[in-house]
Amino acid sequence: MHYSGFSLLKQALTGNRGWTRAWRNLEPRKRYDVVIIGGGGHGLATAYYLAKLHGITDVAVVEKGYIGGGNTGRNTTIVRSNYMLNPNAQFYEHSMKLWEGLSQDLNYNVMFSQRGVLNLIHNDAQRDAFARRGNALRLNGIDAVMHDLDGVRKLMPHLDFSKNTRFPVQGGLAQPRGGTARHDAVAWGYARAADRLGVEIFQKCEVTGIKRKGDQVISVETTRGPIEAGQVGVAVAGNSSRLFDMVGMKLPIESHVLQAFVTEGIKPLVNTVCTFGAGHFYISQSDKGGLVFGGDIDGWNTYAQRGNLPTFNHVVAGGVTMMPCLARLRVLRQWGGVMDMSMDGTPIIGKTPIDNLYLNGGWCYGGFKATPASGWVFAHTIANDKPHALNAEFTLERFREGNIIDEKGVGASPKSH
Amino acid sequence: MLRIDCPWCGVRNEDEFSYGGDATVERPADHASQDDWYHYVYTRQNPAGPHREYWHHVNGCRAWLVVERDTVTHEIFSTAPASPNLPDPDGRAR
Repeated sequence: MHYSGFSLLKQALTGNRGWTRAWRNLEPRKRYDVVIIGGGGHGLATAYYLAKLHGITDVAVVEKGYIGGGNTGRNTTIVRSNYMLNPNAQFYEHSMKLWEGLSQDLNYNVMFSQRGVLNLIHNDAQRDAFARRGNALRLNGIDAVMHDLDGVRKLMPHLDFSKNTRFPVQGGLAQPRGGTARHDAVAWGYARAADRLGVEIFQKCEVTGIKRKGDQVISVETTRGPIEAGQVGVAVAGNSSRLFDMVGMKLPIESHVLQAFVTEGIKPLVNTVCTFGAGHFYISQSDKGGLVFGGDIDGWNTYAQRGNLPTFNHVVAGGVTMMPCLARLRVLRQWGGVMDMSMDGTPIIGKTPIDNLYLNGGWCYGGFKATPASGWVFAHTIANDKPHALNAEFTLERFREGNIIDEKGVGASPKSH
Repeated sequence: MLRIDCPWCGVRNEDEFSYGGDATVERPADHASQDDWYHYVYTRQNPAGPHREYWHHVNGCRAWLVVERDTVTHEIFSTAPASPNLPDPDGRAR
């Protein structure tokens, strides 16, 4: 069923009894040309672009939980493309361009809102670093605006601008095209659009083993039976190490938990995405009115999808320092998602030493914004058996070769990216 | 909140400690192969289950510990000094 103003009106006038399932509920067949492991945004986007752009429709997406229950539904919904290093800049900007047309493309409202992203500046060295970043962005054709204190006051009037604050705000670097999108809608929209093109989606279908013959994968064992595959794409960030352990490979990845928080709903207070520059804290306001915020990962290996109190305290301390009025709000919900923390802070999208097995992982905690481009380049990589120019440098071999892409410059320390 | 049983200080809250990563990786010899160094610097087993890891009691006695902890349940099975050269936790000479 195509969604439109007309279909909305028609259903409204007929008691909303005609709405159909967004995607089919099927039983897995014996074999597919391509099996995508992981029904998050990245896996579903991969399946969608395989069908739409490469004509490969014999595709199964297997998901251990339910669609939207993993990291696609566990982030703080921020979309931006303000990366400085060239491979990241080109890739995330491609993602931004896909976001800008995504609701129309998918025929599903992902509520992409370009309300802007503002990174605060608190000292001179930071201003220099941000000016450099802003210039690098503009040279790559990406929007960036440096704001002085008055500019920041206009965008975020409720910050602590007092003289006595510990980290006075001096200005900010903004990306006006950045913003937020409704995260579940991204998963649902891609699932529905892929399904309409013939892709088959299986929920509660956990991969328990990968069967190989030499350098080829021949099938995946799942909790809903074995499925033979011509090619297998793995998009299970958070659990990539566990999947690749099934084929005896160690990855340059550690799994860590990142928490996110939502306050009670309030009237409009924060009309852009704002990040604290003297700590790690980012905040935006959802369309329902809740303030959505987060900070650092907890910082030690875990596969538990729940966070711990010390990090919560740390995040809230940063938030209240930046914006004291937050102290009056109650936190309604908190959750955690398990991240693939890669050794250079950059994702891995490409081929593996196993011929027909492809890896899309290592997203650290920047995966949501990348969803469209991630699926787009991963579909290209699988369809052509070679990476697109946009992900040519996101290889697994880059660590061995010394070609790491370390945007933050902290080295092989996953907890610091 | 993890509660880590430091052999010298007793049970303390996680926020007195700093995480030091996988304790099973061993530094290769200086002239070891590129492959050995690649695995030492970059790859990790990253298991879902028991994990031996370093913790630094940085806001306490400053000793490095090896903690065996489950990465799914967060249960801690054992805590021990990371180096045999440290003084005995019971105060006895080794």
